[in-house]
Amino acid sequence: MSSRQPIKNHHLEQRLFLARVITLGVIIVLLFGLVGVRLTQLQVLNHSHFSTLSQSNRVRLEALPPPRGLIYDRNGVVLAENRPAYQLEVTLEQVENLQDTLDRLSALLDLESAEIERFRRSLRGKRPFQAVPLKLNLTDEELANFAVNRHLFPGVDVQARVARHYPHGDALAHVIGYVGRIDERELARIDTRRYAGTSHIGKLGIERYYEDQLHGQVGFQKVEVNAQGRMLRVLEREPPAPGRDLVLSLDVRLQAVAQEALDGMAGAIVAMDPRNGEVLAMVSMPTFDPNLFVHGIPARTFQELRNNRRQPLFNRALSGQYPPGSTLKMLVGLAGLEHGVIRADRQMFAAGYYTLPNDTRRYRDWRRYGHGWVDLDKAITQSSDVYFYDMSYRLGIDRMSEFLGRFGVGEATGIDSTGERRGLLPSREWKRGAQGMPWFPGETLITAIGQGYMLATPMQMASISSTLAMRGQRVRPHLLRGMLGEDGEELHVAEPEFLSPVQVSRAEHWGQVLTPMEHVMHRSNGTAYQSAGRDAPYRIAGKTGTSQVFGLADDEEYDEATVAKHLRDHALFIGFAPADEPRIAIAVLVENGGSGGRVAAPVARKVMDYFMLEMTP
Amino acid sequence: MLNGTAEEHGLGRAIVRALHLDLLLLGGVALLLAMGFVVLYSASGENLDTLYRQGVRVGIAFTILMVMAQISAHHLRQWSPWVYAAGVLLLLAVMFFGEVGKGAQRWLDLGVVRFQPSEFMKIAVPMVVAWYFADRPLPPRFVEVVAAGLLVLVPSVLIAKQPDLGTALLVAGSGLVIIFLAGVRWRILMGLGALAMVAAPVLWHFMQDYQRRRVLTLLNPESDPLGAGYHIIQSKIAIGSGGLYGKGWLNGTQSQLEFLPERSTDFIFAVYAEEFGLMGILLLLALYLLVILRGLTIALRAQDTYSRLLAGSLSFTFFVYVFVNTGMVVGLLPVVGVPLPLFSYGGTSMVTLMAAFGILMSINSHRRLLAR
Repeated sequence: MSSRQPIKNHHLEQRLFLARVITLGVIIVLLFGLVGVRLTQLQVLNHSHFSTLSQSNRVRLEALPPPRGLIYDRNGVVLAENRPAYQLEVTLEQVENLQDTLDRLSALLDLESAEIERFRRSLRGKRPFQAVPLKLNLTDEELANFAVNRHLFPGVDVQARVARHYPHGDALAHVIGYVGRIDERELARIDTRRYAGTSHIGKLGIERYYEDQLHGQVGFQKVEVNAQGRMLRVLEREPPAPGRDLVLSLDVRLQAVAQEALDGMAGAIVAMDPRNGEVLAMVSMPTFDPNLFVHGIPARTFQELRNNRRQPLFNRALSGQYPPGSTLKMLVGLAGLEHGVIRADRQMFAAGYYTLPNDTRRYRDWRRYGHGWVDLDKAITQSSDVYFYDMSYRLGIDRMSEFLGRFGVGEATGIDSTGERRGLLPSREWKRGAQGMPWFPGETLITAIGQGYMLATPMQMASISSTLAMRGQRVRPHLLRGMLGEDGEELHVAEPEFLSPVQVSRAEHWGQVLTPMEHVMHRSNGTAYQSAGRDAPYRIAGKTGTSQVFGLADDEEYDEATVAKHLRDHALFIGFAPADEPRIAIAVLVENGGSGGRVAAPVARKVMDYFMLEMTP
Repeated sequence: MLNGTAEEHGLGRAIVRALHLDLLLLGGVALLLAMGFVVLYSASGENLDTLYRQGVRVGIAFTILMVMAQISAHHLRQWSPWVYAAGVLLLLAVMFFGEVGKGAQRWLDLGVVRFQPSEFMKIAVPMVVAWYFADRPLPPRFVEVVAAGLLVLVPSVLIAKQPDLGTALLVAGSGLVIIFLAGVRWRILMGLGALAMVAAPVLWHFMQDYQRRRVLTLLNPESDPLGAGYHIIQSKIAIGSGGLYGKGWLNGTQSQLEFLPERSTDFIFAVYAEEFGLMGILLLLALYLLVILRGLTIALRAQDTYSRLLAGSLSFTFFVYVFVNTGMVVGLLPVVGVPLPLFSYGGTSMVTLMAAFGILMSINSHRRLLAR
């Protein structure tokens, strides 16, 4: 200790200490005050702000996807339904040894390495208590196999999800289409809020066209979650509004008959009610199983379908465009009558070929030696090409093209489905625009027999048949008969949409082209008499067509036996029944089928027979 | 209140007196502990096991309080330098043989118990500084201030190196406040203040990354909402959403649903604020203030310099505890990892605190035994 230590002054020290303690006390009270002020700021002034934050912390909005609307045929047969699909899910926090579990599962269920790879990828970013799908769409056998051994796999569970199912499989693939996983392009297009929680969307056909109605309205629930995101309880719930159930005008029995009638040939059949435009059957063969696409089609299967030469994915009824051939001769004849170029009772001599003035090129008739003296009736009944060559030459392409346009040739029917093509109605303007070439007179002749540039879809042909049947009254074909009300009971039938009709100057003109259509079926010289019309117990009006796939030189003969199958003529038929009071109009196309009379007409007869004789009107 | 005789105040008082306890201090501490249990039950997710373990700790700590209350300040003063020397040696031992936990080397395993020497220094440092000033005439001269400062600095730096910034600050504070209470002249104080300002950048240089991040996060917690800022943001949400009256016991969503981290330890104050609101908080702060002011009163009434300074320091350290924790939880101070005294789940700090209360009681009750 220091030698010059001063004496301790207890009194002074005590006073000094008191002053310091008071200072300290004041500081303490002030700092406590500061904390108090801060707490007031947080708990009183900003209380509502923090309350909101606290709410959004613990409350999470979850989407409740709506069940998709069902699709029925006109008799209430289910065409598209929602079925439970079982998938295997793994909850990581309950699994002891993941690799071991996967190994043992592989032995039991035939797990593909791609599936395990996908599972491991989706495992990242998931919380350990979240179930991650391992194998989708278990078969009944796999399901049973796992159920028996379930106790050996803690943390592995079978989860039922709802998946679209098409009970009629390939029979309706081209009509109903299918749903598939939402892809990136669709994601950019749709309202993602509406699709929250939904993984599938209509890709094709009815499923696509009526996506809005089928999808329904998404519901939401507010759930309380903890900091790890685990759901604790439901606070609030707004149930989803299920999608609307659709009733199609299609009759699934008629559809099956039509499919059967094609007997494995590639082609298309469209049958509709001419009175209201309801499509009764729409077949495109070959076809595919739409169920393949619901769970994500394996790449190999898809490649096989796509590269198949018979093109099962191609919807011939709506997207296939074919030269309509002679099936349009009634329209050309009607144009001639309307423009006074021909008269029904006037005859001409139809030889085996036709030549234009100052031209040596021969335009051949399908019948080598021609038809002799023909009037309009005989020209349609026997399908004389030369008669129409001559008439079209006098009619001219402009008037012919305009008149065909009135029936909707070259114009999409606007049916409620996807993938419809418009066909092609050739005209002077079209050719100049599309090919930069003038119209040649010879092309008028070719157009008159439905060859050359002219193209039509089977749906268009059925629509034309329907217009003929109704003597000019046009109605837009449609697949949807109506929607069930939200109670799932009452059917709201869609009103038929009538289009501007084809009007003629004299009513008997209709009879002058329609009566010959009956003769096609029921007179011994008709092109479909032998094959289809002969023993029909009801009156049919029809017209056959045989359209060339490739051109022949004018001195060449077409010999079916020597031509490769895929270059053979397309066989066509349009018609309606009963002839006097039509209830069904039909168009049949058989790709490379050969003769329309021999091949297409009997197919149409089978469909009409079933409709007329087996189905009650 | 302790002026009366045992006959006048009944048997209870007599026992309290005989045990050298202070009823006011004991009552305040007991009330705080009781509230602590209530909140801990909620914060732990209604885990009785946690409560049981905390109860055992309180039991041990209370025993130590009793023991400390029996030791007179006179003896404490004599032991002070030895206790301090032992503490510094233990700190060095931790540095070389200590156990690592949560990124810091704090623990010393003595076989039977694991032990944090840094906690021990919270009492040893004020003891030695009080001892240093006890016989010297006050206010201290500059040299003495520097000498006392060194006594504080050595253990503080050793603790900061562990690194445990929170405890280092508390230890430093407990020593420095004695220099202040000893009557250091204001001009020296201001000179040191200026020096501290210059030293701040240097200190920054020696800080660990996580400590710097904590300071930066404090200034702008939203900059790192999922990382370092998460604690503060969630804590503020918990407190703010509690409002004036709170969400009710066991109903705090922030804490019950585990959004609030460290909810039964460092951030238990936020749990309390969420469930009991501003009203509950004011009651709690009042209780803390009562305990602190009672401690300062004991210091004022103490009869010798050593007791006076030690009592003042221990009371102030208790305040610093409360202030640093609440300041941290409400977002006024950086997250430094200081528990809320008597509330937070955890053993070592509880023992130190109760020991300090024991010393305070001893100073208060042994007063009369000393010659005037």
